[in-house]
Amino acid sequence: MLASFDWDVIQRSLPYLFREGMTFTVTLTVLAMFFGIILGTLLAMMRLSSFKPLAVAAGGYVNLMRSVPLVLVIFWFYFLVPYIGAWILRQNEPIKVGAFLSSVVTFTLFEAAYYCEIMRAGIQSIPRGQVWAGYALGLNYWQTMGNVVLPQAFRNMMPVLLTQTIILFQDTSLVYVLSITDFLGAASKIAQRDGRLVEMYLFVAVVYFIISYFLSYLVKRLQLRIAVPGKL
Amino acid sequence: MAMIEMKNVSKWYGTFQVLTNCTTSVDKGEVVVVCGPSGSGKSTLIKCVNALEPFQKGDVLVDGVSVADPKTDLPKLRSRVGMVFQHFELFPHMSVTDNLALAQIKVLGRSRGEATARGMKYLDRVGLKEHAHKYPGQLSGGQQQRVAIARGLSMDPIAMLFDEPTSALDPEMINEVLDVMVQLAQEGMTMMVVTHEMGFARKVANRVIFMDRGEIVEDAKKDDFFGKPRSERAVQFLSKILHH
Repeated sequence: MLASFDWDVIQRSLPYLFREGMTFTVTLTVLAMFFGIILGTLLAMMRLSSFKPLAVAAGGYVNLMRSVPLVLVIFWFYFLVPYIGAWILRQNEPIKVGAFLSSVVTFTLFEAAYYCEIMRAGIQSIPRGQVWAGYALGLNYWQTMGNVVLPQAFRNMMPVLLTQTIILFQDTSLVYVLSITDFLGAASKIAQRDGRLVEMYLFVAVVYFIISYFLSYLVKRLQLRIAVPGKL
Repeated sequence: MAMIEMKNVSKWYGTFQVLTNCTTSVDKGEVVVVCGPSGSGKSTLIKCVNALEPFQKGDVLVDGVSVADPKTDLPKLRSRVGMVFQHFELFPHMSVTDNLALAQIKVLGRSRGEATARGMKYLDRVGLKEHAHKYPGQLSGGQQQRVAIARGLSMDPIAMLFDEPTSALDPEMINEVLDVMVQLAQEGMTMMVVTHEMGFARKVANRVIFMDRGEIVEDAKKDDFFGKPRSERAVQFLSKILHH
Protein backbone atom coordinates (compact mmCIF):
# COMPACT_ATOMS: atom_id res chain seq x y z
CA MET A 1 0.00 0.00 0.00
CA LEU A 2 2.79 2.38 0.94
CA ALA A 3 4.19 1.90 -2.54
CA SER A 4 1.30 3.82 -4.01
CA PHE A 5 2.16 6.91 -1.96
CA ASP A 6 3.74 9.82 -3.71
CA TRP A 7 6.20 11.31 -1.19
CA ASP A 8 7.56 13.57 -3.84
CA VAL A 9 4.59 15.90 -3.44
CA ILE A 10 5.98 16.98 -0.09
CA GLN A 11 9.32 17.93 -1.48
CA ARG A 12 7.74 19.82 -4.33
CA SER A 13 5.53 21.84 -2.01
CA LEU A 14 8.07 22.54 0.76
CA PRO A 15 8.80 26.16 -0.21
CA TYR A 16 5.08 26.99 -0.30
CA LEU A 17 4.33 25.11 2.91
CA PHE A 18 7.03 26.84 4.92
CA ARG A 19 7.44 30.21 3.29
CA GLU A 20 3.72 30.93 3.23
CA GLY A 21 2.09 28.51 5.62
CA MET A 22 4.55 28.20 8.49
CA THR A 23 5.40 31.89 8.38
CA PHE A 24 1.77 32.73 8.94
CA THR A 25 1.40 30.14 11.72
CA VAL A 26 4.50 31.33 13.58
CA THR A 27 3.65 35.02 13.18
CA LEU A 28 0.14 34.44 14.46
CA THR A 29 1.41 32.37 17.40
CA VAL A 30 4.00 34.96 18.44
CA LEU A 31 1.65 37.94 18.14
CA ALA A 32 -1.21 36.19 19.93
CA MET A 33 1.17 35.09 22.69
CA PHE A 34 2.58 38.58 23.10
CA PHE A 35 -0.74 40.42 23.21
CA GLY A 36 -2.49 37.51 24.94
CA ILE A 37 -0.06 37.54 27.87
CA ILE A 38 -0.36 41.32 28.23
CA LEU A 39 -4.16 41.21 28.14
CA GLY A 40 -4.23 38.07 30.29
CA THR A 41 -2.06 39.73 32.93
CA LEU A 42 -4.33 42.78 33.02
CA LEU A 43 -7.35 40.47 33.31
CA ALA A 44 -5.66 38.60 36.16
CA MET A 45 -5.01 41.88 37.98
CA MET A 46 -8.66 42.80 37.45
CA ARG A 47 -9.86 39.43 38.74
CA LEU A 48 -7.79 39.90 41.89
CA SER A 49 -8.89 43.51 42.35
CA SER A 50 -10.73 44.39 45.52
CA PHE A 51 -12.96 46.61 43.39
CA LYS A 52 -15.81 44.17 42.75
CA PRO A 53 -17.13 45.37 39.35
CA LEU A 54 -13.67 44.91 37.82
CA ALA A 55 -13.31 41.42 39.28
CA VAL A 56 -16.78 40.39 38.13
CA ALA A 57 -16.28 41.76 34.60
CA ALA A 58 -12.93 40.02 34.16
CA GLY A 59 -14.26 36.80 35.70
CA GLY A 60 -17.27 36.81 33.37
CA TYR A 61 -15.09 37.37 30.33
CA VAL A 62 -12.67 34.58 31.24
CA ASN A 63 -15.43 32.11 32.00
CA LEU A 64 -17.23 32.92 28.76
CA MET A 65 -14.12 32.46 26.64
CA ARG A 66 -13.19 29.24 28.39
CA SER A 67 -16.68 27.82 27.95
CA VAL A 68 -17.06 28.16 24.19
CA PRO A 69 -15.24 26.19 21.49
CA LEU A 70 -12.42 28.05 19.81
CA VAL A 71 -13.84 27.42 16.33
CA LEU A 72 -16.95 29.29 17.33
CA VAL A 73 -14.94 32.26 18.57
CA ILE A 74 -13.03 32.28 15.30
CA PHE A 75 -16.29 32.38 13.35
CA TRP A 76 -17.82 35.05 15.55
CA PHE A 77 -14.96 37.41 15.18
CA TYR A 78 -14.43 36.80 11.52
CA PHE A 79 -18.05 37.49 10.67
CA LEU A 80 -18.99 39.91 13.42
CA VAL A 81 -15.96 42.18 13.69
CA PRO A 82 -16.63 43.90 10.32
CA TYR A 83 -20.15 44.78 11.52
CA ILE A 84 -19.04 45.82 14.99
CA GLY A 85 -16.32 47.94 13.40
CA ALA A 86 -18.84 49.58 11.10
CA TRP A 87 -21.14 50.25 14.04
CA ILE A 88 -18.36 51.79 16.10
CA LEU A 89 -17.11 53.91 13.20
CA ARG A 90 -20.71 54.75 12.21
CA GLN A 91 -20.33 53.48 8.65
CA ASN A 92 -23.06 51.85 6.62
CA GLU A 93 -20.88 49.22 5.02
CA PRO A 94 -19.20 46.50 7.08
CA ILE A 95 -15.55 47.47 7.39
CA LYS A 96 -12.93 45.28 5.76
CA VAL A 97 -10.91 43.33 8.28
CA GLY A 98 -8.23 41.13 6.79
CA ALA A 99 -8.12 37.46 7.71
CA PHE A 100 -4.75 38.00 9.35
CA LEU A 101 -5.82 40.87 11.59
CA SER A 102 -9.02 39.06 12.41
CA SER A 103 -7.15 35.94 13.53
CA VAL A 104 -4.65 37.90 15.60
CA VAL A 105 -7.51 39.63 17.42
CA THR A 106 -9.41 36.37 17.89
CA PHE A 107 -6.49 34.39 19.25
CA THR A 108 -5.37 37.25 21.48
CA LEU A 109 -8.83 37.56 23.02
CA PHE A 110 -9.27 33.79 23.36
CA GLU A 111 -5.83 32.92 24.70
CA ALA A 112 -5.89 35.88 27.08
CA ALA A 113 -8.51 34.01 29.08
CA TYR A 114 -6.14 31.08 29.56
CA TYR A 115 -3.08 33.26 30.18
CA CYS A 116 -5.22 35.15 32.72
CA GLU A 117 -5.78 32.04 34.80
CA ILE A 118 -2.07 31.19 34.68
CA MET A 119 -1.08 34.71 35.73
CA ARG A 120 -3.72 34.75 38.44
CA ALA A 121 -2.16 31.64 39.96
CA GLY A 122 1.26 33.23 39.51
CA ILE A 123 0.28 36.46 41.27
CA GLN A 124 -1.36 34.53 44.09
CA SER A 125 1.77 32.45 44.54
CA ILE A 126 3.67 35.56 45.65
CA PRO A 127 3.50 35.92 49.45
CA ARG A 128 1.44 38.81 50.79
CA GLY A 129 4.53 40.10 52.59
CA GLN A 130 6.18 40.92 49.26
CA VAL A 131 3.34 43.30 48.46
CA TRP A 132 3.54 44.77 51.96
CA ALA A 133 7.28 45.30 51.56
CA GLY A 134 6.69 47.12 48.28
CA TYR A 135 3.99 49.34 49.76
CA ALA A 136 5.99 49.96 52.94
CA LEU A 137 8.84 51.33 50.83
CA GLY A 138 6.41 53.81 49.26
CA LEU A 139 5.88 52.04 45.95
CA ASN A 140 2.35 52.48 44.59
CA TYR A 141 0.15 49.68 43.23
CA TRP A 142 1.56 49.76 39.68
CA GLN A 143 5.16 50.03 40.86
CA THR A 144 4.69 47.16 43.29
CA MET A 145 3.06 45.03 40.61
CA GLY A 146 5.60 45.95 37.95
CA ASN A 147 8.77 45.64 40.00
CA VAL A 148 7.96 43.14 42.72
CA VAL A 149 4.98 40.90 42.01
CA LEU A 150 4.81 40.41 38.23
CA PRO A 151 8.51 39.67 37.62
CA GLN A 152 8.31 36.90 40.21
CA ALA A 153 4.94 35.68 38.96
CA PHE A 154 6.25 35.54 35.36
CA ARG A 155 9.32 33.65 36.48
CA ASN A 156 7.27 31.14 38.47
CA MET A 157 4.77 30.69 35.66
CA MET A 158 7.14 30.80 32.68
CA PRO A 159 7.00 27.04 32.02
CA VAL A 160 3.19 27.03 32.18
CA LEU A 161 2.93 30.14 29.98
CA LEU A 162 5.16 28.53 27.37
CA THR A 163 3.29 25.24 27.54
CA GLN A 164 0.09 27.17 26.91
CA THR A 165 1.84 28.82 23.96
CA ILE A 166 2.64 25.39 22.51
CA ILE A 167 -1.08 24.63 22.70
CA LEU A 168 -1.75 27.99 21.06
CA PHE A 169 0.70 27.07 18.28
CA GLN A 170 -1.33 23.93 17.59
CA ASP A 171 -4.66 25.74 17.96
CA THR A 172 -3.76 28.29 15.28
CA SER A 173 -4.31 25.49 12.72
CA LEU A 174 -8.03 26.07 13.27
CA VAL A 175 -7.86 29.23 11.15
CA TYR A 176 -7.98 26.91 8.18
CA VAL A 177 -11.78 27.03 8.57
CA LEU A 178 -11.47 30.60 7.27
CA SER A 179 -9.53 29.32 4.23
CA ILE A 180 -6.43 31.03 5.53
CA THR A 181 -3.11 29.74 4.29
CA ASP A 182 -1.51 28.78 7.56
CA PHE A 183 0.67 25.69 7.67
CA LEU A 184 -2.25 23.29 7.75
CA GLY A 185 -4.21 25.42 5.28
CA ALA A 186 -1.33 25.39 2.81
CA ALA A 187 -0.92 21.64 3.12
CA SER A 188 -4.61 21.03 2.72
CA LYS A 189 -4.73 23.15 -0.44
CA ILE A 190 -1.94 21.13 -2.02
CA ALA A 191 -3.45 17.89 -0.77
CA GLN A 192 -6.70 18.62 -2.53
CA ARG A 193 -5.12 19.96 -5.68
CA ASP A 194 -2.87 16.92 -6.13
CA GLY A 195 -5.16 14.39 -4.52
CA ARG A 196 -2.48 13.50 -1.96
CA LEU A 197 -4.44 13.82 1.30
CA VAL A 198 -2.76 11.04 3.28
CA GLU A 199 0.79 12.06 2.48
CA MET A 200 0.23 15.72 3.24
CA TYR A 201 -1.69 15.24 6.46
CA LEU A 202 0.89 12.74 7.69
CA PHE A 203 3.63 15.21 6.92
CA VAL A 204 1.78 18.05 8.67
CA ALA A 205 1.32 15.89 11.77
CA VAL A 206 5.02 15.03 11.84
CA VAL A 207 6.03 18.69 11.55
CA TYR A 208 3.63 19.78 14.34
CA PHE A 209 4.92 16.94 16.49
CA ILE A 210 8.59 17.77 15.97
CA ILE A 211 8.15 21.47 16.65
CA SER A 212 5.91 21.00 19.70
CA TYR A 213 8.12 18.29 21.14
CA PHE A 214 11.24 20.37 20.64
CA LEU A 215 9.59 23.40 22.27
CA SER A 216 8.53 21.30 25.28
CA TYR A 217 12.11 20.16 25.62
CA LEU A 218 13.28 23.79 25.55
CA VAL A 219 10.74 24.70 28.23
CA LYS A 220 12.25 22.06 30.50
CA ARG A 221 15.76 23.35 29.87
CA LEU A 222 14.65 26.93 30.46
CA GLN A 223 13.04 25.99 33.75
CA LEU A 224 16.45 25.00 35.11
CA ARG A 225 18.23 28.04 33.71
CA ILE A 226 15.93 30.73 35.05
CA ALA A 227 15.95 29.45 38.63
CA VAL A 228 16.78 32.37 40.97
CA PRO A 229 20.22 31.90 42.54
CA GLY A 230 19.96 30.32 45.96
CA LYS A 231 16.30 29.44 45.50
CA LEU A 232 15.10 26.09 44.25
CA MET B 1 6.99 65.77 69.86
CA ALA B 2 5.00 62.75 68.73
CA MET B 3 6.31 61.20 65.54
CA ILE B 4 3.62 58.51 65.56
CA GLU B 5 0.30 59.12 67.23
CA MET B 6 -2.43 56.47 67.39
CA LYS B 7 -5.85 57.63 68.48
CA ASN B 8 -8.59 55.13 69.40
CA VAL B 9 -7.72 52.74 66.59
CA SER B 10 -10.27 49.94 66.23
CA LYS B 11 -10.29 47.24 63.61
CA TRP B 12 -12.60 44.36 62.76
CA TYR B 13 -12.24 41.32 60.53
CA GLY B 14 -15.91 40.86 59.70
CA THR B 15 -17.55 40.79 63.10
CA PHE B 16 -14.39 39.82 64.95
CA GLN B 17 -12.72 42.76 66.62
CA VAL B 18 -8.92 42.57 66.43
CA LEU B 19 -8.08 46.01 67.80
CA THR B 20 -10.08 47.91 70.41
CA ASN B 21 -9.52 51.64 71.00
CA CYS B 22 -5.76 51.53 70.80
CA THR B 23 -4.20 54.85 71.77
CA THR B 24 -0.50 55.50 72.12
CA SER B 25 2.30 57.53 70.67
CA VAL B 26 5.98 57.38 69.85
CA ASP B 27 8.01 60.54 70.34
CA LYS B 28 10.94 61.58 68.21
CA GLY B 29 13.98 59.54 69.18
CA GLU B 30 11.93 57.24 71.38
CA VAL B 31 12.09 53.44 71.27
CA VAL B 32 8.80 51.73 72.08
CA VAL B 33 8.59 47.97 72.39
CA VAL B 34 5.23 46.29 71.82
CA CYS B 35 4.83 42.84 73.36
CA GLY B 36 2.04 40.47 74.23
CA PRO B 37 0.87 36.92 73.62
CA SER B 38 0.41 35.71 70.06
CA GLY B 39 -2.88 36.80 68.55
CA SER B 40 -2.99 39.86 70.76
CA GLY B 41 -2.99 42.21 67.77
CA LYS B 42 0.52 43.64 68.02
CA SER B 43 1.46 42.90 64.39
CA THR B 44 -1.87 44.29 63.24
CA LEU B 45 -1.33 47.42 65.34
CA ILE B 46 2.09 48.16 63.90
CA LYS B 47 0.79 47.61 60.35
CA CYS B 48 -1.86 50.25 61.02
CA VAL B 49 0.88 52.84 61.45
CA ASN B 50 1.65 52.87 57.71
CA ALA B 51 -1.81 51.64 56.71
CA LEU B 52 -0.71 48.23 55.45
CA GLU B 53 -3.70 47.14 57.50
CA PRO B 54 -6.74 49.34 57.08
CA PHE B 55 -8.72 50.14 60.22
CA GLN B 56 -12.34 51.16 60.60
CA LYS B 57 -12.22 53.60 63.51
CA GLY B 58 -9.79 56.09 64.94
CA ASP B 59 -6.78 57.66 63.31
CA VAL B 60 -3.02 57.44 63.11
CA LEU B 61 -0.87 60.51 62.58
CA VAL B 62 2.64 60.12 61.24
CA ASP B 63 4.58 63.35 61.66
CA GLY B 64 1.20 65.08 61.86
CA VAL B 65 -0.20 63.52 58.66
CA SER B 66 -3.33 61.41 58.97
CA VAL B 67 -3.07 57.87 57.63
CA ALA B 68 -6.85 57.44 57.43
CA ASP B 69 -7.50 60.63 55.49
CA PRO B 70 -8.36 59.66 51.89
CA LYS B 71 -6.58 62.80 50.68
CA THR B 72 -3.25 61.65 52.16
CA ASP B 73 -0.60 60.57 49.68
CA LEU B 74 -0.09 57.14 51.26
CA PRO B 75 2.92 56.01 49.20
CA LYS B 76 4.70 59.22 50.17
CA LEU B 77 3.83 58.80 53.84
CA ARG B 78 4.96 55.17 53.77
CA SER B 79 8.25 56.05 52.12
CA ARG B 80 9.09 58.15 55.19
CA VAL B 81 8.59 55.23 57.58
CA GLY B 82 10.91 52.24 57.30
CA MET B 83 9.51 48.79 57.98
CA VAL B 84 11.17 45.48 58.77
CA PHE B 85 9.13 42.28 58.58
CA GLN B 86 9.24 38.95 60.34
CA HIS B 87 10.06 37.11 57.11
CA PHE B 88 12.47 39.80 55.80
CA GLU B 89 10.56 40.22 52.52
CA LEU B 90 13.58 41.09 50.45
CA PHE B 91 12.78 40.85 46.76
CA PRO B 92 14.24 37.44 45.83
CA HIS B 93 14.58 38.20 42.11
CA MET B 94 16.87 41.18 42.69
CA SER B 95 20.43 41.45 43.93
CA VAL B 96 21.04 43.02 47.33
CA THR B 97 22.17 46.22 45.58
CA ASP B 98 18.92 46.42 43.60
CA ASN B 99 16.84 45.64 46.68
CA LEU B 100 18.41 48.67 48.35
CA ALA B 101 18.15 50.93 45.31
CA LEU B 102 14.66 50.15 43.94
CA ALA B 103 12.48 52.40 46.08
CA GLN B 104 15.11 55.13 46.30
CA ILE B 105 14.97 55.39 42.51
CA LYS B 106 11.22 54.84 42.00
CA VAL B 107 9.90 56.77 44.98
CA LEU B 108 12.52 59.33 45.89
CA GLY B 109 13.67 59.91 42.31
CA ARG B 110 17.34 59.39 43.09
CA SER B 111 19.71 58.48 40.30
CA ARG B 112 20.93 54.88 40.17
CA GLY B 113 24.44 55.95 41.13
CA GLU B 114 23.24 57.95 44.10
CA ALA B 115 20.87 55.18 45.22
CA THR B 116 23.56 52.52 44.97
CA ALA B 117 26.05 54.63 46.89
CA ARG B 118 23.58 55.30 49.68
CA GLY B 119 22.56 51.64 49.76
CA MET B 120 26.20 50.61 50.05
CA LYS B 121 26.72 53.01 52.93
CA TYR B 122 23.97 51.35 54.96
CA LEU B 123 24.96 47.88 53.82
CA ASP B 124 28.40 48.64 55.21
CA ARG B 125 26.82 49.78 58.47
CA VAL B 126 25.06 46.44 58.90
CA GLY B 127 28.35 44.71 58.05
CA LEU B 128 27.40 43.18 54.71
CA LYS B 129 29.25 45.30 52.19
CA GLU B 130 30.90 42.30 50.54
CA HIS B 131 27.50 40.67 49.86
CA ALA B 132 26.16 43.48 47.67
CA HIS B 133 26.15 41.44 44.46
CA LYS B 134 24.42 38.39 45.99
CA TYR B 135 20.76 37.45 45.83
CA PRO B 136 18.70 37.22 49.05
CA GLY B 137 18.42 33.43 48.70
CA GLN B 138 22.18 33.18 49.00
CA LEU B 139 22.23 34.86 52.41
CA SER B 140 21.44 33.49 55.86
CA GLY B 141 18.30 34.63 57.64
CA GLY B 142 20.23 37.00 59.89
CA GLN B 143 22.02 38.51 56.92
CA GLN B 144 18.75 38.92 55.02
CA GLN B 145 17.20 40.74 57.94
CA ARG B 146 20.18 43.07 58.20
CA VAL B 147 19.83 43.83 54.49
CA ALA B 148 16.14 44.53 55.10
CA ILE B 149 17.09 47.02 57.82
CA ALA B 150 19.59 48.65 55.47
CA ARG B 151 16.89 48.81 52.80
CA GLY B 152 14.62 50.68 55.20
CA LEU B 153 17.39 53.04 56.30
CA SER B 154 18.37 53.91 52.70
CA MET B 155 15.08 55.78 52.40
CA ASP B 156 16.17 58.17 55.21
CA PRO B 157 13.08 57.40 57.28
CA ILE B 158 11.84 59.55 60.14
CA ALA B 159 10.95 56.37 62.06
CA MET B 160 11.42 52.62 61.77
CA LEU B 161 8.83 49.93 62.41
CA PHE B 162 9.93 46.39 63.30
CA ASP B 163 7.39 43.59 63.15
CA GLU B 164 8.87 40.64 65.06
CA PRO B 165 12.22 41.04 63.31
CA THR B 166 13.87 38.07 65.03
CA SER B 167 10.97 35.60 65.33
CA ALA B 168 11.79 33.74 62.10
CA LEU B 169 15.51 33.51 62.81
CA ASP B 170 17.59 30.61 64.07
CA PRO B 171 18.74 31.37 67.61
CA GLU B 172 22.38 31.91 66.66
CA MET B 173 21.40 34.69 64.26
CA ILE B 174 19.18 36.69 66.56
CA ASN B 175 21.98 38.70 68.14
CA GLU B 176 23.50 39.97 64.91
CA VAL B 177 20.12 41.54 64.10
CA LEU B 178 19.51 42.84 67.62
CA ASP B 179 22.99 44.40 67.68
CA VAL B 180 22.13 46.45 64.60
CA MET B 181 18.84 47.50 66.19
CA VAL B 182 20.49 48.46 69.47
CA GLN B 183 23.02 50.56 67.63
CA LEU B 184 20.23 52.23 65.69
CA ALA B 185 18.33 52.98 68.90
CA GLN B 186 21.41 54.46 70.52
CA GLU B 187 21.89 56.76 67.54
CA GLY B 188 18.48 58.25 68.25
CA MET B 189 16.28 56.58 65.63
CA THR B 190 12.58 56.68 66.41
CA MET B 191 11.53 53.05 66.66
CA MET B 192 8.41 51.00 67.25
CA VAL B 193 9.33 47.37 67.75
CA VAL B 194 7.04 44.37 68.08
CA THR B 195 9.19 41.72 69.73
CA HIS B 196 9.46 39.07 72.40
CA GLU B 197 13.11 39.94 73.01
CA MET B 198 12.84 41.35 76.51
CA GLY B 199 16.62 41.70 76.71
CA PHE B 200 16.39 44.18 73.85
CA ALA B 201 13.52 45.98 75.59
CA ARG B 202 15.47 46.26 78.85
CA LYS B 203 18.51 47.57 77.06
CA VAL B 204 17.14 50.29 74.78
CA ALA B 205 13.38 50.71 75.14
CA ASN B 206 12.00 53.92 76.61
CA ARG B 207 8.52 52.50 76.93
CA VAL B 208 6.90 49.11 76.75
CA ILE B 209 3.38 48.52 75.49
CA PHE B 210 1.70 45.30 76.54
CA MET B 211 -1.19 44.10 74.41
CA ASP B 212 -3.74 41.37 74.98
CA ARG B 213 -6.84 40.51 72.98
CA GLY B 214 -6.58 43.57 70.78
CA GLU B 215 -6.27 46.04 73.64
CA ILE B 216 -3.37 48.04 74.95
CA VAL B 217 -3.40 46.76 78.53
CA GLU B 218 -0.33 48.53 79.69
CA ASP B 219 1.71 51.42 78.32
CA ALA B 220 4.49 52.21 80.74
CA LYS B 221 8.05 53.39 81.14
CA LYS B 222 10.45 50.48 80.75
CA ASP B 223 11.48 50.32 84.43
CA ASP B 224 7.89 50.54 85.61
CA PHE B 225 6.84 47.79 83.25
CA PHE B 226 9.53 45.34 84.31
CA GLY B 227 9.62 46.50 87.95
CA LYS B 228 5.97 46.68 88.84
CA PRO B 229 3.59 45.72 86.04
CA ARG B 230 0.13 46.85 87.03
CA SER B 231 -2.08 44.36 85.25
CA GLU B 232 -2.45 40.72 86.13
CA ARG B 233 -2.21 39.74 82.48
CA ALA B 234 1.14 41.48 82.06
CA VAL B 235 2.46 39.80 85.20
CA GLN B 236 1.47 36.40 83.85
CA PHE B 237 2.94 37.14 80.43
CA LEU B 238 6.24 38.29 81.92
CA SER B 239 6.48 35.27 84.20
CA LYS B 240 5.99 33.00 81.21
CA ILE B 241 8.63 34.52 78.99
CA LEU B 242 11.22 35.55 81.59
CA HIS B 243 11.50 32.44 83.77
CA HIS B 244 12.78 29.55 81.78
